[in-house]
Amino acid sequence: MNYKYFPHTEEEIQQMLDKIGVKNLEDLFAEIPEELRYRDKWDIPEAKSEMEIRSFFNALGNKNKQLTCFAGAGVYDHYTPSIVPNIIGRSEFLTSYTPYQAEISQGTLHYIFEFQSMMAELTGMDISNASMYDGSTATAEAMLMAFNASHKADTVAYSETLDPKIISVLKTYAHFHGVNLTAIKADNGMTSVQDLNEQLATGKVAGVIVQQPNYYGIVEDFTGFADACHKSKALFIINSVASDLSLLKTPKEWGADVAVGDVQSLGMPMAFGGPYAGYMCCTEKQMRKLPGRIVGETKDSRGQRAFVLTLQAREQHIRRQKATSNICSNQSLMALFVTIYLSVMGKEGVKEVAQTSYDGAHYLCEELLKTGKAQLVYERPFFNEFLIRIDHRDDFFDKAVAAGILPGVKVGEDQLLIAVTEKRSKEEVDALVALL
Amino acid sequence: MNNKLYGNLIFELSHPGRRGYSLPKNTFGHHEIPSNIKRSTDAALPECDEMTVVRHYTNHSENNFGVDNGFYPLGSCTMKYNPIINEEVAAMPSFSNIHPLQPEHTVQGALEAEYNLQRALSALTGLADFTLNPYAGAHGELTGLMIIRSYHQSRGDEKRKKVIVPDSAHGTNPASAAVCGLEIVEVKSTSEGLVDVEDLKPLLGDDIAGMMMTNPNTLGLFETDIPEIAKLVHECGGLMYYDGANLNPLLGVARPGDMGFDVMHINLHKTFSTPHGGGGPGSGPVGVREDLVRFLPKPHVVKTSEGFTTEKGCETEYNVESSHVSTFLGNFLVSLRAYVYILTLGKENIKMVGPLATLNANYVKECLKDVYELPIDVLCKHEFVFDGLKDKSTGITTMDVAKRLLDYGYHAPTIYFPLLFHEAMMIEPTENESKETIDSFISIMRTIAQEAHDTPEIVKDAPRTTPIGRVDDVLAAKHPVVTYRQMLQEAQ
Amino acid sequence: MAKVIEGLYYSESHEYVRVEGEVAYIGITDYAQHALGNVVYVDMPDADDEFEQEEGFGAVESVKAASDLNSPVSIKVLEVNEALEDEPELLNKDAFENWIIKVELTDKSQLDKLMDAKAYEAFCAQ
Repeated sequence: MNYKYFPHTEEEIQQMLDKIGVKNLEDLFAEIPEELRYRDKWDIPEAKSEMEIRSFFNALGNKNKQLTCFAGAGVYDHYTPSIVPNIIGRSEFLTSYTPYQAEISQGTLHYIFEFQSMMAELTGMDISNASMYDGSTATAEAMLMAFNASHKADTVAYSETLDPKIISVLKTYAHFHGVNLTAIKADNGMTSVQDLNEQLATGKVAGVIVQQPNYYGIVEDFTGFADACHKSKALFIINSVASDLSLLKTPKEWGADVAVGDVQSLGMPMAFGGPYAGYMCCTEKQMRKLPGRIVGETKDSRGQRAFVLTLQAREQHIRRQKATSNICSNQSLMALFVTIYLSVMGKEGVKEVAQTSYDGAHYLCEELLKTGKAQLVYERPFFNEFLIRIDHRDDFFDKAVAAGILPGVKVGEDQLLIAVTEKRSKEEVDALVALL
Repeated sequence: MNNKLYGNLIFELSHPGRRGYSLPKNTFGHHEIPSNIKRSTDAALPECDEMTVVRHYTNHSENNFGVDNGFYPLGSCTMKYNPIINEEVAAMPSFSNIHPLQPEHTVQGALEAEYNLQRALSALTGLADFTLNPYAGAHGELTGLMIIRSYHQSRGDEKRKKVIVPDSAHGTNPASAAVCGLEIVEVKSTSEGLVDVEDLKPLLGDDIAGMMMTNPNTLGLFETDIPEIAKLVHECGGLMYYDGANLNPLLGVARPGDMGFDVMHINLHKTFSTPHGGGGPGSGPVGVREDLVRFLPKPHVVKTSEGFTTEKGCETEYNVESSHVSTFLGNFLVSLRAYVYILTLGKENIKMVGPLATLNANYVKECLKDVYELPIDVLCKHEFVFDGLKDKSTGITTMDVAKRLLDYGYHAPTIYFPLLFHEAMMIEPTENESKETIDSFISIMRTIAQEAHDTPEIVKDAPRTTPIGRVDDVLAAKHPVVTYRQMLQEAQ
Repeated sequence: MAKVIEGLYYSESHEYVRVEGEVAYIGITDYAQHALGNVVYVDMPDADDEFEQEEGFGAVESVKAASDLNSPVSIKVLEVNEALEDEPELLNKDAFENWIIKVELTDKSQLDKLMDAKAYEAFCAQ
């Protein structure tokens, strides 16, 4: 027996079996019908020592290529301050459960309160929850929130300028929940105001979802959107890249009722898609309809300030079949990541990151256009990402990858969606342009 | 530790002008952002130096309790040891520094890890294939129910809108069903704590999409009638869903796929040792039998003669073979940790997980059942439920016992769940706990029972040794203050 | 023992209807507030909203429970009890005194199907 994760000796096992009153471990499963027992060899590899594990995963990791990243499309290669992964690795955070026992979970409850406060600042909204799984599912939850808040309207409309990966998730949730999901047409890379108004005029729309910056990196003009939505009693929902909100007009300033998105852009490793976290914020009016965990301030029996999970009557374990969301966890450790990131970068750092990314993207765009071998697909204001048509795109793409550069994300037959962050140096940008 | 200063909110430690970061010089030249798209005021984020931030969050960590701090017998949560080697691998840049949209030939290592984990989970559960995309157990449930509905829809059977759930089920089951557009029908438990087959029979019909079960159930009891239940549900055309929250005792013993389950989810953060992280990120892979594989959400990792690739869904239209529940391939680094765990245990050791977890649970139960009320006295699996203290005359509740445990340096069990008993206390010691740890827990539980009799006020007032006392959750819910901005407004 | 008042109409989901001439008041019973515990929030409709019999018109929340409010009869909302917005605990103090909505009944005959005080008392005792 003697295995590093199993402390009992044979002798101890026997003592415990005696206390229980059974002969051997096998007898602990006596009630399971024999035909349900699995008696074959388990079809997994034999145990590896720690040294073998290390070399196995080193070899496996070497089958991946770390590239100089100009890809975005929702996931951005931003700088991670050294203290962030170090502190979130502390096992008091890492190995704890949901903070149900508030007396011994003030650390978690504290940072979630701080996370909520910071996300409310970034989005300008009144209220934030403790985080969601990711940006796509947070958007789907916002769709369900709008749908369930309305008595009569059964439709949620999304702009075609949304990231197609988010749209796919919306379609799946809508299909099963019975939401009539409709697309608002795009007009030269931006949401069509005319189509928006026509859809709202049906009186059937419970919510409208747009993205800022949109999938193409374009900063859209949402002037008048909120009023139009509210006149039709629809919730106005904006999905944003969290990092860009340090400089961009906030969802609150655009008049949003719900702000959602992914927090990966706040310095989180790209990690092949996860874990990240979603954020979800709303106005005070919508607070009791907001899904997910929320931490609030209170007092303890000694009169001290304390924090606790609150507004739990909204949650699935209480509502059961009347629940409008089934989420019961948050991406707590990733919320902690964001909280430490925003603490150490601070008020000035987040702006510097966004401005440098903006400058880098505009510099790269200018340089690419100068070659005469590339044209912008839409002549619209963009932030740190843009959609560009490239001559012989696939050749260019392959050449770049061979040179250790991920030049962007392919869109359509001849376009490339390119993002720049503060992590890219001018040398790296120039090297990419030189390949064209 | 200076709790007072560094235990404040980070906003309260902020001073205008302080910096905690350094970035390289911006050499791209300034590009003016048009004012009509800029925010009018800065986000009021903290301004702190680096060490203040480090001390502040280190202080937070000291007010927390994790598996690494001590015994954590939280029922249904499987708080097992989270091996450090898992963390080491997950931190390797070769896995954490790759973009999810890189060309597949540049991420073969990541895809191979995902594929091999899918295969290992299939081997351990007896199901044909898995998706690793769902982010958590509840998300897995939702995904699994979507697959069940897709199956019926693909056969043109639209009237199956009901799902049967036992009254002992996790609260998430009915909520997941509701989000998936299904109605819930509850089936009762017998006095032995198992699904009542006679109560089930009249519920079955051509409107039943399927049945959700946890096995062993939330009382820690193996549902011995499972072959008959599965047969009945299949005969009426429904599918069987296995809630994998309680898979741990069966690891190495039996497989849900052999019990007649068609769809299941696994909580990697329970059975496969990935950290709970204060509530996440978890991971809820979903497995299915052979003919349902086509309904797994996309993208889905597969192996071809040229290497590993992903099957993608249809971009323009929704169809039952093109559902999406995540942006990419789920919480990849969580999957990677689970894969490390499986390879570390290997086939020799994985078969001991269920038996040792079950041994520990039964031992605790036997050592305490003379002082705590054991409503169903049979062999349990990985967990069991007490219905409060045996001596009901003391006025000491399950809540009081739980809070008193904190004073003694133990995490509390899961309390007031399942709903079948008023004073439920659900205890789950995992396979990693030593006999000394378990014996000392037993001894403390007996001490508390004695205190309840001799000095009940001590138990009523617990905890006393924790950083804070019991919290006023009525105040929190009545006047919600959930951001620092609101806190400042309140103070004015 | 929960209080029951003569002269009101009661529903199985523990709402009462107090009819006063052309208007009526709807709230939750003393039994219901006991079962919920400390009420922390009352979700109320807007004036002019109309609800069919048995349709949900709001919810009452305590810390660990939430209960939907179902309209015992078909109604049009005239007024909501705004005092409950700031002091939801009024329902715990006196559930009958503190009505939730003031309504116009759209079909008075539906009252006949509700329980009287005696029947409701028996219903709660079950």
